[in-house]
Amino acid sequence: MPLCGKYIPPKCRVYGAPYSICTSRVIMTLMEKEVDYELRLLDTAGRDFRILTKEYKEPRYLALQPFGKTPLFQDSEVKMFESRAIIRYIARKHDDHGPHLYGTNEKERTMVDQWLEVEAQNYNPAIAPAVFHLVFAAWFGKIGDIRVINPSLERLEKVLDIYEAQLMKTRYLAGDFFSLADLSHLPFTHLLINHAGKGDLYSKRPFLKAWWEDIFSRPTWLKHLAKAFPHIYYDPNE
Amino acid sequence: MGIEIHGTAASTCTGRVLLTLFEKNVEDYKIVQVDMAKGEHKSPEFLKSQPFGQIPYIIDGDVKLFESRAIARYVTKKFADQGTPLYGSSPKDAALTEQWLEVESQSYNGPISTIVFNLVFAPMFGMTTDEAVVAAQTAKLEAVLDVYEKRLSESKYLAGDFFSLADLSHITYTHYLMNVAQKGAIYDSRPHVKAWIADLFSRPSTQKWLKEAGFAK
Repeated sequence: MPLCGKYIPPKCRVYGAPYSICTSRVIMTLMEKEVDYELRLLDTAGRDFRILTKEYKEPRYLALQPFGKTPLFQDSEVKMFESRAIIRYIARKHDDHGPHLYGTNEKERTMVDQWLEVEAQNYNPAIAPAVFHLVFAAWFGKIGDIRVINPSLERLEKVLDIYEAQLMKTRYLAGDFFSLADLSHLPFTHLLINHAGKGDLYSKRPFLKAWWEDIFSRPTWLKHLAKAFPHIYYDPNE
Repeated sequence: MGIEIHGTAASTCTGRVLLTLFEKNVEDYKIVQVDMAKGEHKSPEFLKSQPFGQIPYIIDGDVKLFESRAIARYVTKKFADQGTPLYGSSPKDAALTEQWLEVESQSYNGPISTIVFNLVFAPMFGMTTDEAVVAAQTAKLEAVLDVYEKRLSESKYLAGDFFSLADLSHITYTHYLMNVAQKGAIYDSRPHVKAWIADLFSRPSTQKWLKEAGFAK
């Protein structure tokens, strides 16, 4: 146990790019839990043209992440991948300090698992195609396909209606506490609202709007955005 | 009172929950049939309990829960002291179990569920099979199984040398692809995957599910 100051565990490393959706989830969780980590910049999409990005195809990396994707997480006990598995691990391991991202009892944890699954199974498949075509396409000099965008947004609106109904009952998705479930929505939703101009989908649903404004304004998220997109965002809390 | 499962035994996601209950030797449960053919899962009454109109959901005392993988985690934790240790026996085991459960959820489930929908369910409901989609998703599934083949040459099961929730989560959809759609060649051509599948299907829990789901006597 540390005597004072910030909790610093043994060497903790994340391979990935801070502007990537899945790596963002992990970085946010580490920041919320005030866990020091080292970021090894690895860009599998070739977004950062300064960096040679083929490292993820090398046998050395594939031995650790056989799908050749990021993020990859490493601490003194595990080497693991899959962002939603990593954030569960971090939240559980560091439960004794920082916000209780997995709740404070079994019932709350069950609700976090449910809404994290909802994000993975219902929200993510609806929002991802829209963001790919509305935001990522332009990053790679392509034009998005409206035949993909429109059905994706339609599907997303149905999910948002369900979220609106839930958020009338609870302040956050899993209950009245900010959890991994809410956190997991930040990266894609930020891009859809702030880079694709689709904020009206959220602002026209009052409880959803309040939830989004709340989680978006978390100091850790704003700090992360400033680090991930330093040419676009600054940290207002600095 | 026991756990009340709203769904149907033969469904892939309800099956995931049942397999977990069986692995944990839980007998105090009850299935409340949801009539999918009549659209019961889209009725206002059902949507109050599961707003996405999907099965299963469970009621266990004051816990009401949906999403089969969340339910499977819940059952595993609640009955941690009995049956198969589906999270292994250390925090590292648990972390790797979560990792491969996410792989199933994010990389395996997408392609296989789309293929099974096109080959098995679409014809049942008088819809057309999209062969182009089947071909594309099969290519994706093959790429995933190549990774599984390598992994399973290094360890007996996905998360390590212990059967876990991650392996379990693959069983129901694999049954539909292999035995209902008769597309088992994709597994047979990879020796370690083939052995792993044979192991999963020889488990008493799997046999019990097949019986309850009406696939076996």
